[in-house]
Amino acid sequence: MNIHEYQAKQLFQIYGIPVPDGKQATTPDSAGLVARELGGDGWVVKAQVHAGGRGKVGGVKLAKNLAEVVEFSQDMLGKRLVTIQTDSAGLPINSLLIEKIYPIKRELYLSALLDRASERIIFIASAAGGMDIETVAHESPEQIISVQIHPAAGLQAYQFRKVAYTLGLKGSQVKALGKIMQGMYDLFLAKDASQIEINPLIETDSGDLLALDAKINFDDNAVAIHPDILAMKDSAQEDEKENEAQQFGLNYITLEGNIGCMVNGAGLAMATMDLVKLKGGLPANFLDVGGGTNVEKVCEAFKLILSDSSVKAVLVNIFGGIVKCDVIAEGILAAIEQVHVTVPVVVRLEGTNVEQGRALLSNTGLNIYAADDLAHAAEQVVALAEAV
Amino acid sequence: MSILINKDTKVICQGFTGKQGTFHSRQALDYGTQLVGGVTPERGGDNHLGLPVFNTVQEAVNTTGATASVIYVPPFYAADAILEAVDAGIKLIVCITEGIPILQMLRVKAAMAGTGALLIGPNCPGVITPGECKIGIMPGKIHLPGSIGIVSRSGTLTYESVHQTTAQGLGQSTCVGIGGDPIHGMNFVDVLSRFQADDQTKGIVMVGEIGGGEEEDAAEYIKAHVTKPVVAYIAGQTAPAGKRMGHAGAIVTGGKGTAEGKVAALKAAGIEVVNSPTDIGAAMKSCL
Repeated sequence: MNIHEYQAKQLFQIYGIPVPDGKQATTPDSAGLVARELGGDGWVVKAQVHAGGRGKVGGVKLAKNLAEVVEFSQDMLGKRLVTIQTDSAGLPINSLLIEKIYPIKRELYLSALLDRASERIIFIASAAGGMDIETVAHESPEQIISVQIHPAAGLQAYQFRKVAYTLGLKGSQVKALGKIMQGMYDLFLAKDASQIEINPLIETDSGDLLALDAKINFDDNAVAIHPDILAMKDSAQEDEKENEAQQFGLNYITLEGNIGCMVNGAGLAMATMDLVKLKGGLPANFLDVGGGTNVEKVCEAFKLILSDSSVKAVLVNIFGGIVKCDVIAEGILAAIEQVHVTVPVVVRLEGTNVEQGRALLSNTGLNIYAADDLAHAAEQVVALAEAV
Repeated sequence: MSILINKDTKVICQGFTGKQGTFHSRQALDYGTQLVGGVTPERGGDNHLGLPVFNTVQEAVNTTGATASVIYVPPFYAADAILEAVDAGIKLIVCITEGIPILQMLRVKAAMAGTGALLIGPNCPGVITPGECKIGIMPGKIHLPGSIGIVSRSGTLTYESVHQTTAQGLGQSTCVGIGGDPIHGMNFVDVLSRFQADDQTKGIVMVGEIGGGEEEDAAEYIKAHVTKPVVAYIAGQTAPAGKRMGHAGAIVTGGKGTAEGKVAALKAAGIEVVNSPTDIGAAMKSCL
């Protein structure tokens, strides 16, 4: 789960990580008021969307006076921001973060993330802040330092000293960085984060360290035990259909093609998409209906798939493990009738009672094709989608 | 021989009296698994499916001599269940549960270091030696005792591989679903090394997917240590970057963990990689 920058910075403050003075605003007028309250003679207006790359597309603007704060806010609010990290529709700008401007001496990079190879939380830091860390890793890996935290020992002082000295920090800055890293580590553990990124972490003219940007991702498996984090969820930033699917225990991801896919199991769902592509088609979605497939779930799955008007045909691929194929076939038929599916549906069933299952799906008078194996099913659905 | 489990393996079930535990324990008993009891706190002394229920894993182990345990407890209790099994001296722990917070698994793995206990999963279908012992949620009927070792991160793709190797008449020595979570127990290399050492296993099917770097590690290991034929398939070639494809661990981040990268690494190691998931069985047969 993702949250907005202003929310991440609220958490940072609780965990002792210094952030610029600032506040969220949802109207141009309140943005102006926020700037006035903050004082000073320059502000930054930042669009709050769940995507990076905002600066390059007008989502971050420097205002020299209060009139500009209001003007820029007016320009941004209610619009959609398209960045290199979003799709072509972009994400809605429903709120802004207004912050004071600080004189920047240097931009650094600091993040904490869960490293699956070492099975540890690791910190990654670089003196090349403000840049995409993957680009830095690719072009100048020597500029990147990382430290691994053992879960029993926690963050040790030598580890933050190592990072600080590598980044060229000195004196009181070393301890300041230690405090920031400890705050990140504590926040990571307390709220089940999967990544906390500060890019850039700035060194001001006076030598202070400040988290100029803040990005936190949380482990979806754990958000249920953190109601405060769950309350920060902004559904407007997420795909409507993906949200809807979650409510029914379905894993759904929108793709660009025209062949709807409904599959049990995440691995088989990915493999089915790949197979559709291999046969010359393009999958419209990833959809894992999960293990305990029932009529209600299959109905919801059909509704989701068909709400995408580009879908010309649907491939249902179910490996009936413990649930018998005839029971699954009955469920599919009931769902097709309930949801009034009109596009052709190719069904591939495998497992126990497969013959009875196929028999049920044949001669129904509906637009259903019972395929005898997966390869043929994929070929058939691609041909049907092309014929429309 | 098979790997990890056989007809003599004594198994207990944690979360025995729950809905999942009950359903799959019944299936395991029907299959002939030596399920010898189960654990549900506060239900100790009860009888369930004709077997004794214990309050703790330690009591269950002391009374039954079980060396393996299968876990069907809800996600927020699963880390505790795994560590209880480790503490009681269980040698093989199979955790089916999906949705365990990753940081809990990180602590579990750190706590397991040096104990010698093996963990399969979490978020996996389990392990089966056809005709002898079934620990997990896989449908027993599709399996056939035989010569192919199967290791996979995905449940239904394991079934698909089983189905195809059965249809080819090859059968399976042991099938291990290592699970779809980013931090999990036994990995590809742990299972591959056992298949290589197992006389019954004549060929190996390895099913990977996007995310992480375990397939790349496996490719290196196979090149250096595995002499038996290996057929590999990688799911997720059409998966968009940055999206979690159902499994918590199936995500491409920062250009790492792509299907292309994994396929290239496996091919570079001289491994037969099939483009279509429907070609696994036929490719395995032609390699033998």
